[in-house]
Amino acid sequence: MGKSSPTTRRNRRLGLLFTAPWLIGFAIFTIYPFAASIVLSFTQYSVLSPPKFIGWSNYLDLFRDPLFWTSMYNTFYFAAFSVPLGAIIGVLLALLLNQDVKGLPVYRTVYYLPSIVPVVASAIVWMWLLNPYYGIINAILERFGIPGPGWIADPAWSKPALIIMSLWGVGNSTLIYLAGLQDVPVSLYESADLDGAQAWHKTIYITIPMITPTILFNVVMGLINAFQYFTQAYIMTNGGPADSTLFYSLYLYNNSFRYFKMGYASAQAWLLFIIIMFFTLLLLRSARHWVFYAGED
Amino acid sequence: MIGQIVTHCILIIFGLIFILPLVTMVSTALKPDVQIFAWPPVWIPNPRMWSNFPRALTFVPMILYAKNTVVITATSVIGVVLSSPLVAYGLARIDWPERNLLFLLIVSTMMVPYQVTMIPVYLLFNSLGWINTYLPLIVPSFFGNAFFIFLLRQFFMTIPRELSDAARIDGCSEFGIYSRIILPLAKPSLAVVALFQFIWAWNDFLGPLIYLKDQTKYTISLGLQQFQSGYQTEWALLMAAATMATFPIIILFFFTQRTFIQGITLTGIKG
Repeated sequence: MGKSSPTTRRNRRLGLLFTAPWLIGFAIFTIYPFAASIVLSFTQYSVLSPPKFIGWSNYLDLFRDPLFWTSMYNTFYFAAFSVPLGAIIGVLLALLLNQDVKGLPVYRTVYYLPSIVPVVASAIVWMWLLNPYYGIINAILERFGIPGPGWIADPAWSKPALIIMSLWGVGNSTLIYLAGLQDVPVSLYESADLDGAQAWHKTIYITIPMITPTILFNVVMGLINAFQYFTQAYIMTNGGPADSTLFYSLYLYNNSFRYFKMGYASAQAWLLFIIIMFFTLLLLRSARHWVFYAGED
Repeated sequence: MIGQIVTHCILIIFGLIFILPLVTMVSTALKPDVQIFAWPPVWIPNPRMWSNFPRALTFVPMILYAKNTVVITATSVIGVVLSSPLVAYGLARIDWPERNLLFLLIVSTMMVPYQVTMIPVYLLFNSLGWINTYLPLIVPSFFGNAFFIFLLRQFFMTIPRELSDAARIDGCSEFGIYSRIILPLAKPSLAVVALFQFIWAWNDFLGPLIYLKDQTKYTISLGLQQFQSGYQTEWALLMAAATMATFPIIILFFFTQRTFIQGITLTGIKG
């Protein structure tokens, strides 16, 4: 801090005063838990008896735990399909909605509604829709002569079922893409028109590049959410059948609040944080190869 | 012209897919037991069993859960609306050297997954004796929420500096400028914050699952899940309960659509 003018000092004091609620909350709900979870990850702790220091055992046990690897595989599988598919469908719908269509408010409402339905309610509804014997989805498939799979009752189909269900909530990012599309300067299209560009070319060479920052934002957020995927799996399948929907966060929850292995679960939480950081940074680093920032030349 | 028709066709097909689960929810909620397992499925139940709704209420105390949820939701909305604009003001309207660094820190905490801090925070609340109370679900909101601070900060930056300067010359204190000039201007963004927090708190599942033990304290989401795992085969009643849990949110959405759309638009800008 050193030598600073009285105004600077006064402003700093005021600034700290106004931001105090967050700073205090940050210390209690972020810094302290971070530090505590590192310490806990090196202990055996069941809440009932005091924590016992066991060194790296939790981490070593995790790497030898087949369920840990199953949960890792399931989570990557889920993220690898739900995030890119969500981005593609989201951009596609936003492009269609951006064409001056009549009835835009109606479409916007219909697409967005699933995003605000309570997760528990939507999980219950989808269990019914995906019911192999009485569900609407298999009824529709049968109409087309396709024998419907067992969906969440079949280990081979449970993850695809949850991925399809996750795409139902694509409306939120669709509206964010739409906002991005509406920010693209009209002048860009006008000069392309003068050059006689086709609509298709304008989409590929102007529209898509201009919304790449929004795509990056949605993909990063989508990835973080995918790694934290929990509620639907907890309610609909509780990890089954045959651990095919035991996702990372579900296994973490089971370890902490079902088996009360707080130390083991803390090690898992830390690994989750490192994985999320790694992929977020990877995406942000990749940004300079495909994200176009207007006004930066 | 043909392009327009194709666009509408695709949009309508997607629209039907998006609305189908909600239609199914309401239609199943109104079905008499014999039509639930009918194959092929019955789309429009006949007769419509409105009595499924009061019947569901005798199985799940939805009214009590709704009351609990309203208490938690309303208090946490008050929490974020009191705290987040204060912090945003400190970042946007007071010129101090470390403010951008702090802003960066706040934004980066948005990427910290809930699971990482979940266990120590649980143990902390446990040692305070707060388990099975609403405090763990309410108190954190009074310390500001990174996402809302970000949103409000972006808005506060757009308010002309001259407004504050003029008030300062008139001898107005910093808190006076905040409460009498900036906050009234920020009403629309505060509405966005309140609305989003309301939806999140209303729909939250993991928080109540971890902290609430006593059935009489359950929220709608937790109560619905407990009912689901207990009465898996009572599909009509389950759907009636799910409809009742969803209905208030949908009503709220229809009355506040413009605020919603504005909020989502703000989210995306310079994300």
